[in-house]
Amino acid sequence: MQKTQKELLKVDNLKQYFPIKGGFFGRTVNHVKAVDDVSFTVHEGETLSIVGESGCGKSTTGRAILRLDEPTSGEIEFDGKNLLEFSKKEMRQNRKNMQVIFQDPYASINPRQTVRQILNEAMEIQNIGTKEERNDRIIELMETVGLGAHQADRFPHEFSGGQRQRIGIARALSVNPQLIVCDEAVSALDVSIQAQVINLLKKLQRDFDLTYLFISHDLGVVRHISDRVIVMYLGKIVEIADKKSLFTNAQHPYTKSLLSAIPSTNTEGKKERIILKGDVPSPIDPPTGCRFHTRCPFATEKCAKEVPTLRSEDYMEEGHMAACHYIEEIKSGEHQPTR
Amino acid sequence: MGEPNVDNNTVTQEQKPLNPRVESWKNFFKKLRKNKAAMVGGIFILFFIVVAIAGPFLTTYEPDKGEIVNKLAPPSADHWFGTDHHGRDIFTRIIHGMHLTLYIGFFSVILGATVGVLLGIIAGYYGGRTDTIIMRLMDVLLAFPGILLALAIVSVLGASLNNVIIAVAIFSVPVFARIVRGSTLSVKKLEYVDAIRALGASDTRIIFKHILPNVTSPIIVQATLNIATAVLSASGLSFLGLGAQPPMPEWGAMLSDGRNYLYNAPHVAFFPGIAIVAVVLAFNILGDGLRDALDPKMKN
Repeated sequence: MQKTQKELLKVDNLKQYFPIKGGFFGRTVNHVKAVDDVSFTVHEGETLSIVGESGCGKSTTGRAILRLDEPTSGEIEFDGKNLLEFSKKEMRQNRKNMQVIFQDPYASINPRQTVRQILNEAMEIQNIGTKEERNDRIIELMETVGLGAHQADRFPHEFSGGQRQRIGIARALSVNPQLIVCDEAVSALDVSIQAQVINLLKKLQRDFDLTYLFISHDLGVVRHISDRVIVMYLGKIVEIADKKSLFTNAQHPYTKSLLSAIPSTNTEGKKERIILKGDVPSPIDPPTGCRFHTRCPFATEKCAKEVPTLRSEDYMEEGHMAACHYIEEIKSGEHQPTR
Repeated sequence: MGEPNVDNNTVTQEQKPLNPRVESWKNFFKKLRKNKAAMVGGIFILFFIVVAIAGPFLTTYEPDKGEIVNKLAPPSADHWFGTDHHGRDIFTRIIHGMHLTLYIGFFSVILGATVGVLLGIIAGYYGGRTDTIIMRLMDVLLAFPGILLALAIVSVLGASLNNVIIAVAIFSVPVFARIVRGSTLSVKKLEYVDAIRALGASDTRIIFKHILPNVTSPIIVQATLNIATAVLSASGLSFLGLGAQPPMPEWGAMLSDGRNYLYNAPHVAFFPGIAIVAVVLAFNILGDGLRDALDPKMKN
């Protein structure tokens, strides 16, 4: 159910390695390969989610796209322009097109500024409007995100977590962005507040034609808000698909085990829980071949040697791709668990 | 444009927002008041400041004109703290010296803190090579014992009161740089700094509007404690003849003069010594109290 097919954001072979310093002179002794060769496209007006467990590189991907961290290599094209070629100054001017909403509503706003100051500063940085225009817009923004205009001169500590998150959303909206990266934007909130904020995000998307890159570990939330979903494991994309296709017809063994972890209210048709053994391996020295092979129930020798690429099979829906050597064989039952 | 604004103004007037700065100051004073030692230190410092300002009006003697016939007189009703080897009234000289002492203490700390805070915030914010270069330089300064470094600086610049201030400021720079760097490292990792960066804010704006206001409390504590150190070092330098030059009523210099008469006129050295101890102690106690009161972990 993609609304338009225009590519807004194109990420190509993105790599983000963080150096580990050690030794006598602080030499780089190794790298944490947080994101390793990731490519995907975000279409205008859609919500693309990235899911995965902690440390799989989903937040790092978001931060690299915003250039909050400088990516090691790769290309990030936004609206046809390569972001990584921008100078610091050009990048600052272009930042109004892409904004971010953070996870922790208590850490993401400066405790020493009032809501008015926060929103005003955001617009001031991007030279939006005159002082009077900005003042009017602050009131408008607050009403848009469901806060009262009379709360504009309050400080963050006078708001609840959900309200603070709304302030964060208002700040992101203040500069009229096209893309908003929601980095675990609702994970820190209570379930009831989560629903309100998600519905707010959906409403804003309709009203302002926003595109979301929604980073989350919560499959329930992702199922509710996304158009397409990317599943990441240890710095790589293992599966990418339409929401519907992913939740009903998952191909990669890792995705299947993730989906089996969603609690179900259906007591009759009890589904099988796939429990993975062991921990996520270290991203400093990731496993060879398929990174999931150390925990995959279907792993063979081939998996330890050859890196699987994202590919599609005939019976899969268009745009559905998974990175596994044995998609077909597992589907047909030809390849049974090896452990 | 008119209506919503008017409406909004009336609302804000009705329910005054609680300013967290005002709130945290209130909270801070509540905690400080409970700390009796700190309050005593604070009251003494206020007293010292008043004396420093009102000094010339408090006594009838001149600080640098003595009656030589009356030299080394013990404390009496006329001369409360006695007289020195030139017959100058020691009480008058101590009161005039208060001004000098506080002047040295405040100015050297303001100078040292400004430079140290800037260096520390730059090192902490930019990290990497900038950080390494700045902090290794600070380590070099820290490796010298403070008074030795000050001695070296004064002997290069020449003995004078202003050079003492510069010397004391230089050796307090690394202390501030280290503290501020540490706080900056923790503040810059907060999400709101990333958020403001994602909005396109310049480094200068982030450093001065968003990081500096959130690292002030350790700076205040360190500054208070450093005034004590500065006073002590400056007196030490003057004692050695490298600071204030005679006939300036500097306490260290007075102490040094009194040294020759310790046996037959101990009061000449005693009173300047007590004055130094009182000021240093007051600032130290206040500094410790401030640290406790500003520590967010010590709730009430």
